[in-house]
Amino acid sequence: MPVDSFKWMPPSLANYYRNLSMNRAEVPWTPLRKPLSECRFSLLSTAGAYLKGEQEPFDLERERREPTWGDPSYRAIPRDVRQEQVRVAHLHINTADLEADINIALPIHRFLELEASGEIGSLAPTSYSVMGYQGSNDEWAQRYGPEIASRMKDEEVDCAFLTPV
Amino acid sequence: MSPYLAQAVGTPRIVGVEFPFGHPLGHAGDREEQLRVIRDALRAIVEIEEPNTVVDLPYVWPEFEYWIKAWHPAEPSPITKHLREQARLRAEAKHRDEGQP
Repeated sequence: MPVDSFKWMPPSLANYYRNLSMNRAEVPWTPLRKPLSECRFSLLSTAGAYLKGEQEPFDLERERREPTWGDPSYRAIPRDVRQEQVRVAHLHINTADLEADINIALPIHRFLELEASGEIGSLAPTSYSVMGYQGSNDEWAQRYGPEIASRMKDEEVDCAFLTPV
Repeated sequence: MSPYLAQAVGTPRIVGVEFPFGHPLGHAGDREEQLRVIRDALRAIVEIEEPNTVVDLPYVWPEFEYWIKAWHPAEPSPITKHLREQARLRAEAKHRDEGQP
């Protein structure tokens, strides 16, 4: 059975996406050149996670004032993050389970286990969190996306594991 | 999550899971489920040879009637409120117009 992309959406939102004309981007493609057991991974989720007390939350107050705007910035999440450091700023989903267990979207602790078992080469020092509601993708495309990609290259990442929420 | 959208934006390798919003890798606290989905995704990295290919996973999320409501935030998002308000104003304007002689 194919996955139903619209199963969990309200009908109005499903219709919006079905009718949205999207310019099909050229698909980037990098062949996998070595076994996973030698690959370094970095993670990126749209969950809106940030580190409490160390990082600014995503700007939800501005979004409340300007409902068509979403904070396009990102937060760098280190591999030694502890669950109790994680908070989630996202107005479009129930965030309770993400704040209870960030691994359902940004699976840092699961990837550390896969590193320890040798199933992957390593998890990079840094993973990334953005907030998925964006009125425009321009700043992601022109500024933050390239910045994250550049940081991944600096940390010699082979595979980016993306988890939209 | 939504392979339809992931394909449309040009993602090179895609794994579809029919899980509710906010839970792309499974239930909070269910380490085994999270690892199962991640391992399936890792296999897809190796097996997918054509750009933009989708591999759908067969997992069924239980308790649909509960989760179809539970994934939503406690209060509607700003854009939802904004769109509802616009719809309300349009309906009021239409009602006024139809009331005119």
